Amino acid sequence: MIKRPFFSFGKPGLRYSTANEIDQDVREIAISEKITLLLKTKGGDQGISPIAKGKKVKTGERLALTLGKRGSLTSTATGKVVDVSPFTGYAGQSYLSLVIETEKQDIWDDTFKKILDEKGPAEAFSLIESLPGIADLTPFANPENKLKTIIISGFDGDLLTVTNQFIVKTETGPLAEGVKYLKKISGADRIILAVPPSLGAEAAGIEAEVKVIGPAYPNALPSLLIESATGVRTLPGMDLGKVGIGVISAEAVAALGNLFAQGTTPLYKVLTVIDKNERLAIIRARIGTPAKEILAALNIETGQGDRLVFGGPMFGQAVYSEEMPVQADTDAIMIQDSAQIVPSSGDPCINCGECVRACPANVPVNMLIRYLENGLYDEAARDYDLFSCIECGICGYVCEMRIPIFHYIMLGKHEIALTEALEESNG
Amino acid sequence: MDNQKLFVSSHAPYWHNGSSLSAKSYNIMLAALPAVIMGISQYGAPALGVIGLSVSVAMITELIMNVLMKRQVSIGNCNAAVIGLLFAMMLPAATPWWAVLTGAVVAIVLGKEVFGGTGANPFNPVLVAIALLMLSWQGIMNFDEALANYDLGFIMNYPLATLKYFGVSAASEFSAFDLLMGRQSGGIGATFGLGLIIGGIYLILRGMIRWEVSVSFLAGIFVTALLFNAADPEKYATPIFHLLTGYTLIGAFFLATEDSSSPVNLVPMLIYGVGAGFLTVLIRNIGAFVDGVVFAILLMNVASPLLDKIRPKAFGKGIEHA
Repeated sequence: MIKRPFFSFGKPGLRYSTANEIDQDVREIAISEKITLLLKTKGGDQGISPIAKGKKVKTGERLALTLGKRGSLTSTATGKVVDVSPFTGYAGQSYLSLVIETEKQDIWDDTFKKILDEKGPAEAFSLIESLPGIADLTPFANPENKLKTIIISGFDGDLLTVTNQFIVKTETGPLAEGVKYLKKISGADRIILAVPPSLGAEAAGIEAEVKVIGPAYPNALPSLLIESATGVRTLPGMDLGKVGIGVISAEAVAALGNLFAQGTTPLYKVLTVIDKNERLAIIRARIGTPAKEILAALNIETGQGDRLVFGGPMFGQAVYSEEMPVQADTDAIMIQDSAQIVPSSGDPCINCGECVRACPANVPVNMLIRYLENGLYDEAARDYDLFSCIECGICGYVCEMRIPIFHYIMLGKHEIALTEALEESNG
Repeated sequence: MDNQKLFVSSHAPYWHNGSSLSAKSYNIMLAALPAVIMGISQYGAPALGVIGLSVSVAMITELIMNVLMKRQVSIGNCNAAVIGLLFAMMLPAATPWWAVLTGAVVAIVLGKEVFGGTGANPFNPVLVAIALLMLSWQGIMNFDEALANYDLGFIMNYPLATLKYFGVSAASEFSAFDLLMGRQSGGIGATFGLGLIIGGIYLILRGMIRWEVSVSFLAGIFVTALLFNAADPEKYATPIFHLLTGYTLIGAFFLATEDSSSPVNLVPMLIYGVGAGFLTVLIRNIGAFVDGVVFAILLMNVASPLLDKIRPKAFGKGIEHA
């Protein structure tokens, strides 16, 4: 944890991990006995699934989890479905979870390859909805709304996370290949690859505009990345398709390259594992592998009162169970010792203004938090720029009173979204 | 689930920079120590008595208020101790016990608890208490009267009173070096200019107070005093005299910078500081009071929430968010 230095009177100066940390070999995690695949669903899809328990699945098989046109995922192992059930995640997001009891030997499903050979990449691609590095690919191949600009992030948004930098460095070939397919599939005119200065050389060989981004946090967050690459201002939660912009991780593009080169869907997610001493390990695990297996393989012991985070230290999501599986967009897993955890407090704001001066989006956090604490979400959005927040978490990091500011902000946004959805449904 | 290991679940961020209100309070008290020690060494046991009484009454009052208001006990963050200490630093060493007690209780109860506790006070609690003493018992806060029985080997007239009642020529007897080194009469911890400056610079470098407020306050005093002085050097003292006397330095580094009652954005901080400096000299030079710091800062405290409306445009303002 980066503490405030003894002498410090400016902004907190957090920086991304670069060069040295990615100079290591990737470790592969063996297939676990059970894998759990999660599919994001909208309210109506909840609980309805054509997939029954006991169904045998092959590796690479497309599993239509819902009755709708979309809503499928790719099995990352061969085995038997033992459970299909709804699951609720962050901010009430609903998922369908599918548990597969795996067999050691992979039996590949060749539907994708057949369609690729017979009907070509566009048709084959329509079978794929997610890839390692991206949970929802649909905006990139939407014939009704073609993207003009696609930004490939060779940079992870959160601190200590080096997954995408590692991909740019080690999988330059598939990445270059993926860029070509991405251009073809999306029809975008501009492809911009954003990388930290340390990866400029690797990026130069790729057929894309290269944009070097300084490694200061939070430069690699989508809103800031889009602004520095294209000059367009966007906010989290916006439909980027409307402004013709897409952001995709380097890992997903490399996976796309592999997908077409090999004719099989990629099964492995690369992720950064951050241990209790904040040492980084880069691992490859099948999507669906429980965190427990990964921690065990790296000899990381966990205990009562520790914190397990999917994602990095600034905006990851803490989970309550080691059974939580790696998903297509899990870039990091972080484990914090109980002794390192700084608990939040219920104390009121003292108006010291640290958050206001540290906020990269100029949000008047000191005023905002007063409204949010009292549930005045509409006023917070109208008068105090709730929706200007780019969700970096710096306010909570610097708060002297240790108020869970970021939590309040996300709660406010969530509550407003709920109200708006309700108003819409009422006409 | 086959294991019963429980993880701590909470919202991001999972890092914290380690700052806390108690650390800030300790640092403010540490930074005040040079001036406090100088005061105790000059005035001896009575000064120590005033400080001890003030700090303990402030903390006990806070505890009582916590219990009465059924709120979390908050003396642990030492904000009350800071208020007690700063209040004592502004008093003459010979302040009677009942006045110290009244002031410390007023600072905590009327200064902050009635508004909702730490962070909710619109005024600096210390200045509320000092203003109350100034307006209620003039003799107590009149340093020439209160310290009449002390002779510490330097001019024992309160410099600002000398300026007000005897003019610039009488005030020119005070050398700037003496003023800086604490060889002047005044509050227990308000006279040792060098100590206050060192403490202030320490707090600024550690990020405990905002340099914008301190610097603009001093600049406001300097420029306003300079203009007055240039207009009529016979009638108005030099800016250096104003910077080194009265509550100027304790005001710049310890009072105007109080978190809750000062603005947080850059431009408002500068306006707040300059405004307080300007009003200070205005009150000293043409107002009724000997020193203007107390009322100048209190007045700017009132303006602080309004000033804070001047702020940079937020990111993506005007974009339809969803």
